[in-house]
Amino acid sequence: MPSLGADMEDGTFVEWQVEPGQAVARGQVVCVVETQKGAVEVEIWESGVLAKRIAVPGQKIPVGQVMALIATGGEDWKAIAAAVPAPPPPTAPGDEPQAPSPAPTRETAGATPGAPPVSGRVKVSPAARRRAEELGVDLSAVNASGAHGAISIADVELAAAAKKPRDTQAAMRDAIAAAMSRSKREIPHYYLASEINVEHAVTWLEKRNAVVPIGERVLFVALQLKAVALALRDSPELNGFYRDGAFRPGAGMHLGVAVSLRGGGLVAPALHDVDKSSLAELMAQLKDLLRRARSGQLRSSELSDPTITVTNLGDLGVDTVFGVIYPPQVALIGLGRSALKPWVTNGEIVPARIVQATLSADHRVSDGMRGARFLVELDRLLQQPQSLA
Amino acid sequence: MSATVRINYREALRQGLREALLRDERVFLMGEDVGRYGGSYAVSKGLLEEFGEERIRDTPLSESAFVGAGIGAALNGMRPIVEVMTVNFSLLALDQIMNNAATLRHMSGGQLNVPVVIRMTTGAGRQLAAQHSHSLEGWYAHIPGLRIVAPATLEDARGMLLTALQDPDPVLIFEHASLLNVEGEIAADPQPVDIDYAVVRRPGADLSLITYGGSLLKTLQAAEKLAEGGVNAEVIDLRSLRPLDDAAIIGSVGKTHRALIVDEGWKSGGLSAEITARIMEQAFYELDAPVCRVCGAEVPVPYAKHLEDAAIPQVETILAAARNLVK
Repeated sequence: MPSLGADMEDGTFVEWQVEPGQAVARGQVVCVVETQKGAVEVEIWESGVLAKRIAVPGQKIPVGQVMALIATGGEDWKAIAAAVPAPPPPTAPGDEPQAPSPAPTRETAGATPGAPPVSGRVKVSPAARRRAEELGVDLSAVNASGAHGAISIADVELAAAAKKPRDTQAAMRDAIAAAMSRSKREIPHYYLASEINVEHAVTWLEKRNAVVPIGERVLFVALQLKAVALALRDSPELNGFYRDGAFRPGAGMHLGVAVSLRGGGLVAPALHDVDKSSLAELMAQLKDLLRRARSGQLRSSELSDPTITVTNLGDLGVDTVFGVIYPPQVALIGLGRSALKPWVTNGEIVPARIVQATLSADHRVSDGMRGARFLVELDRLLQQPQSLA
Repeated sequence: MSATVRINYREALRQGLREALLRDERVFLMGEDVGRYGGSYAVSKGLLEEFGEERIRDTPLSESAFVGAGIGAALNGMRPIVEVMTVNFSLLALDQIMNNAATLRHMSGGQLNVPVVIRMTTGAGRQLAAQHSHSLEGWYAHIPGLRIVAPATLEDARGMLLTALQDPDPVLIFEHASLLNVEGEIAADPQPVDIDYAVVRRPGADLSLITYGGSLLKTLQAAEKLAEGGVNAEVIDLRSLRPLDDAAIIGSVGKTHRALIVDEGWKSGGLSAEITARIMEQAFYELDAPVCRVCGAEVPVPYAKHLEDAAIPQVETILAAARNLVK
């Protein structure tokens, strides 16, 4: 189960889209998983032959648990499927409840049944486990009152009755709350802002758009995204992840584009390798991404890959974005509206369209000097729009 | 509604025997002391006088010989009823039962069949000590080729024999000695009963008490006491121990999600273990608690009254186990 966001602990398996014995290629969509962000198409990381499907629909699977086995490098998939039983779910140390664990005893045939097992595993009757799945009850929070200290059907039904009805929007709100709380709790943000004169860039884009069919017109935000991606080439400390006390640079310029959803909440799926895409390609990708984000059809890599987030609230009239970093990313670029303002150039006051670009960055990874250089580079690139095409 | 009579289990067995002898002239009874003595438990009392020595035959004290003779008679077209005094003694005839009665249809490719009925007394509770008191029907239920039944009610005590005699293959009937004096009202007219299915003796929703034979009455009493505490137990009388009525067992567990098996036999490798395994195989996801068993203690059945009582299931032990299961 891939992590489709830093706050994700598990996903509910929805369906397989490949059959055992079928060849799969890296990047291919193989299944669908329901997360707090909606249904996500999961892409496979390894090429090979699908040997055994382990995940079953409705199953709640912790991040990192095996969902399927793949035969690679000419391995016999049938042999793998036959040889390997489904692995037991891993239990993270430290999160098991402290169940009373008497010393193991040898049971004689006539002994009372059910001396509690020594492991700290939560005991749930098979019927209660099934009932919990039906009712969507999280067993880790259910009080056990059944025989031998196990969770019974009655316990599950009691917990279900007590549970507040929660919809997916509430779940998303919870996810955002968890991620943003963690961000403000853990990340020492620093903030920089620059006014960037985009008059030349916007004019250049307007001229370009005037001579192409409507379908090929490019929005200014695409130009800005391209500029951000190229500017990041000189500032790798802003592009990547802070995990386990260390910074790891991102594998590419995968810009998470913050998208507000109609029903509330937001997602920030990735546009991959923005620095390598032409402006036309980028625009097509952006349109596709926005459409799928709003219809809840994002892919797993789009949710797990962003190396930095870009928030553009200019359309809503906002001047300045003071962004909160989405952990474990280490920076967020905010773009305000493009506003016509008086601008002094060569000793003259001229009207020009100005954008407030802001940077929120993780001070554990980079310093203000680096952030400043990034904003200067962003400004420089936006003065040469033709270089962004 | 036809007329009823008030009789006990012993008389019900006798009525069944008499009816069988009247219905089919190929039927005869043989065994130790079944004739002149009237049966060691007085089940066949009066039958010698009514049917004569040809059909009520006393045998030497040689289980292997007379069970073998019964199998031979069955192979040759008769419908013998062989009485073995207790299941403990039947071990002397185990070779005949296992290697001949149970196998001949199979080994002859269906050319020979053995329509013998072997009745024997089983169970503890009468202070007859370890050589007369065991419940070994679970052993016989292990053997393909045999049909094993255990009448726990007056109707079954009288009617199962009539049905067993219609079976083309060997049928063993286990009669629990502690039931012999149990009285009740039943229809005056002896009729065959089915020997294929388990019966729900008491419907309930909270747990399934699965039992048979000599433990049925104790289990029903425990169920009544459970009801006083608001626990509604279902009581299943297995009746047929081979084949087991899986549908009845699994159906009940599917409804109650809890199973307690009451069996006077030992746990290890016993009938209760087999039933437990079938519930695991077929109804694991229905279970809301581990399957539980109240069985005979794993000792030779003691002679002393208090020790014998302690060695076999009692209403109190069934009650305690059931309460633990539904708490």
